[in-house]
Amino acid sequence: MLIQEGSKPGRRATAQAPLTRHALDDLPVALRRRARAALPEVSELQAVRHYTRLSQQNFSIDTHMYPLGSCTMKYNPRACHSLAMLPGFLARHPLAPASHSQGFLACLFELQDILKEVTGMHAVSLAPAAGAQGELAGVAMIRAYHRARKDLARTEILVPDAAHGTNPASAVMCGFQVREIPTGSDGDVDIDALTRAVGPQTAGIMLTNPSTVGVFDRNIQRIAAEVHRAGGLLYYDGANLNAILGKVRPGDMGFDVIHMNLHKTFSTPHGGGGPGAGPVGVSARLEPYLPVPLVTREGAHYRWLTEADRPESIGRLTAFGGNMGILLRAYVYARLLGREGMRRVAEFATLNANYLMTQLRAAGFNAAYPQRRASHEFIITLKTEAKEFGVNAMDFAKRLLDYGYHAPTTYFPLLVPECLLIEPTESESKEDLDGFVAAMIAIRDEARTNPELVKTAPHRMPVRRLDDVRAARQLDLAWSPQA
Amino acid sequence: MSDVPADLRYTKTHEWIKDHGDGTVTVGITDHAQEALGDIVFVEIPASNRQVDAQEACAVVESVKAASDIYSPLAGEIIEANALLNDTPDAINNSPYDEGWIFRLAPRDPGALTALLDADAYRQSVEDET
Repeated sequence: MLIQEGSKPGRRATAQAPLTRHALDDLPVALRRRARAALPEVSELQAVRHYTRLSQQNFSIDTHMYPLGSCTMKYNPRACHSLAMLPGFLARHPLAPASHSQGFLACLFELQDILKEVTGMHAVSLAPAAGAQGELAGVAMIRAYHRARKDLARTEILVPDAAHGTNPASAVMCGFQVREIPTGSDGDVDIDALTRAVGPQTAGIMLTNPSTVGVFDRNIQRIAAEVHRAGGLLYYDGANLNAILGKVRPGDMGFDVIHMNLHKTFSTPHGGGGPGAGPVGVSARLEPYLPVPLVTREGAHYRWLTEADRPESIGRLTAFGGNMGILLRAYVYARLLGREGMRRVAEFATLNANYLMTQLRAAGFNAAYPQRRASHEFIITLKTEAKEFGVNAMDFAKRLLDYGYHAPTTYFPLLVPECLLIEPTESESKEDLDGFVAAMIAIRDEARTNPELVKTAPHRMPVRRLDDVRAARQLDLAWSPQA
Repeated sequence: MSDVPADLRYTKTHEWIKDHGDGTVTVGITDHAQEALGDIVFVEIPASNRQVDAQEACAVVESVKAASDIYSPLAGEIIEANALLNDTPDAINNSPYDEGWIFRLAPRDPGALTALLDADAYRQSVEDET
């Protein structure tokens, strides 16, 4: 129910109302609203109940296991929130001079350094406000690099078919053509197809490693060598960085540019579409093009580096410097973990994924790449179940909600039929993982004995099965009092 | 197994091609393809008179699961696209070989048709894939 639907003219939360009306006299008349905004008029208790009810309907990592593959829905430690919300951070004005922001800038500077160290890159910019913006910045830097060298024939970006959809989108947004590289049956990039595709027209390749099929590409050094030999650059999509944190560094694998999803690997809150943070790291030759602002230290003083310091920068991505509250949370998380803790993140994320895959296989589910060890995530295919019981991956996903588990990623990557991409993260205990396996087995039993129950799931959620098709065809996004 | 009419030609990327014998062909996606995609919610059809190469992406089919490029099976000129799909994209789900056609094409080399898969070869190709 929308809060507007409980609105009655004249109803107020008097205790919350401002004591004086804000004077708007300094706003030009032309910019002032002529009619009142259609705001809901509700009592304080109504408002409290409304938002409490909404929060109870939330399916989140704070309430349920959330094994959404490639999204790294791990626990967001409360310490990160408390420290990022210190009044000195919260009340800082974005236009405050550097001399009044030394502590804040010191945190960002150290975060840049930590991310450099953990990825093996030469320099880092925290500016991108989301992973997709980090990608756009990364590809824009690849373009700037080739242009600066007058190497204008490089019009193509190679993207494996298992890539996140944002990869080809970022490449196209930067004016490149996308050439798709198939994935071999072992989950690695098809190296022969890659060799055939690389040439003088190659601007670069965008790779996620471990990939979205949940395996570490064993040919990464050969791929790097081939693309570099042809004069292209290597882009690392950091979506799956959690699996290799403190273990392997993209810089050492030969990557020239990387974006990191701090809202995944560095555990800042996400799930409702943001706010995100997608810092980019680069090798030395791309450093001049990094988006501004950056933070530098001169002696004991920190300051912003701007267009004036970096004339070749691809520019700004947001009005100020990215999502600062999120960057601070990531900084606290990194400092809490330390060097040893980061390694343990990768080890437990990988252990949890492999344990879960092994248990599901032992229960008779089919892994898409059974010959491979999982990285931090893995794919099972419900092709057999779909054929035998007429119950598909989406039905399993919906029924899992009834059992108290957020659904894994469904139907991605597209190359595996009826797939669930499962990423438990390091946050879950063995008991929680066992509970998930038990739920999967129970749902398969239901699919066998009472398929209708699964096909019409969920049954215990605030809303039942949504009509995806109608939702996509007849968008209904805005409330209006006439409706 | 899904429906694979014997009188059509096919591609490995799941387009079907109907030869009208007058220098034009009609192109759509197969029953297998629409089934794998699920409910289709949007189709971007190509503009008429557009020149396309063989295997060039020239339409987009978006379902609740994914957005997929549709490739022109042959080089030639688009002479008409199925405007019905703008309002009723689900025609592809309900009638992939008839009302759900996507575009008509005048191939530059009508002889190239015979190089496309026949029904048996397509059926085999789907089986190898799954």
